[in-house]
Amino acid sequence: MKNNILIIGGGPAGLEASGILVKMGYNVILVEKEKQLGGHLAKWDTLFPDGLKAEDLLKAMIKKTGGVKYFTDTQVQSVNILNKSYNVILSNGITVLADAVLLATGFDLFKAEKKEEYGYGVYEGVITNADLEQYFKGNFSIKKPKAVGFVHCVGSRDEKACNPACSKVCCATAVKQACHIKEKFPQADVFCFYMDLRMFGRHYEDLYLKAQKMGIRFIRGRVSEVAETSEGRLLVKAEDTLSSKPIKVTLDTLVLMAGMRPSESGYQVGHQLNLSVEEDGFFSTKDTMLSLQKSNLEGLFFAGAATGPKTLPDTLHEARSAAMEIDNYITETFNKR
Amino acid sequence: MIDFGFGLSPSSRVNLDLRDKELFSKLIETESDALKCMACGSCTASCSAGVFEETSLRSALLNLQNGNKEKALNLLSHCMFCGKCTMVCPRGINTRHLILSINKIYQAR
Repeated sequence: MKNNILIIGGGPAGLEASGILVKMGYNVILVEKEKQLGGHLAKWDTLFPDGLKAEDLLKAMIKKTGGVKYFTDTQVQSVNILNKSYNVILSNGITVLADAVLLATGFDLFKAEKKEEYGYGVYEGVITNADLEQYFKGNFSIKKPKAVGFVHCVGSRDEKACNPACSKVCCATAVKQACHIKEKFPQADVFCFYMDLRMFGRHYEDLYLKAQKMGIRFIRGRVSEVAETSEGRLLVKAEDTLSSKPIKVTLDTLVLMAGMRPSESGYQVGHQLNLSVEEDGFFSTKDTMLSLQKSNLEGLFFAGAATGPKTLPDTLHEARSAAMEIDNYITETFNKR
Repeated sequence: MIDFGFGLSPSSRVNLDLRDKELFSKLIETESDALKCMACGSCTASCSAGVFEETSLRSALLNLQNGNKEKALNLLSHCMFCGKCTMVCPRGINTRHLILSINKIYQAR
């Protein structure tokens, strides 16, 4: 008999893990709350550091999941923990009896309107990183800008926004998006307002150097407030902390780099299982080094941003690790092989 | 905002809308490496003149970008062209040549 594995979340982590588990011979059921698979990846245009098309990557990932039974537009309604298995009722009326469950519930983007001083939802020129990707995908238009700014750490490294942690991907995303804007509008002045540039990954520093060479201006300082000028442009104030001087500049578009928050729907599932979350709101793992894919419940595993902000490569690594942990668990628990 | 001219002291705020972009782009034409500065401060730390007089290429570049030409030139006026900053720059900028070019372009009448 094939063991049933339930994967909650059809983003990169869920897709990658399901593709591997199905190859291992398991009966994989994938549940996704949105109408399409892919999570945030489906809404993105290109990826740092080398500008890979998100769509192509997603297609390649979905192709590997042949044989996986998936339900889109479906949520988890209730979960019962039985002896060595999980009885999960889905919103489409189907009940799954799973020997292992993988929580790949990912993240939600920080709601940028909560940082009222930036005027998201108030001023037309203020958009988010996700909005800008939609623009790159051709789903909406902006008028040709003379000056564009990027605000790093929106809802990250901000205790008042209830998120003291770094969201890890925004720096590289901002620099990637800034380069893209400069390529589209070479005459435009492009500014990045940062506190620290966290370009930690392979090729990320090259991306930063590329942006500098393109003439993108990096200003070390957090934007304090945004106001509208009488011409409908944006007056942005910050401190240039390298020269210890307050600075102001008029922009046409201001892009807010919204950070990662725990997924609301993931939290609902975790709540039913009594899973503990840490102070940052993300699920706590069994330990902090050796069992990052394990939860405190036997047979319940994590992959991806459900346990904190992660880059796409990190998420895919975790998905592969989780698949291996699940395989080990099933072998040990159900005396296979 | 309109300046009515009744202020008691001039604002110390940098207004990027008013900065002179022309001279800076002229500088970049000959010294494109100036854009590579990541403000690490190695040049300032190694500066022989800086021990006696306020001298900083890092700060000068920032002042040029903020449109503060006089301050920038002041920060370089005691440079003795010893070239130590060129040796320590992690981005490989020919800082000595850059200082010469800044003086040439920004001091030209």
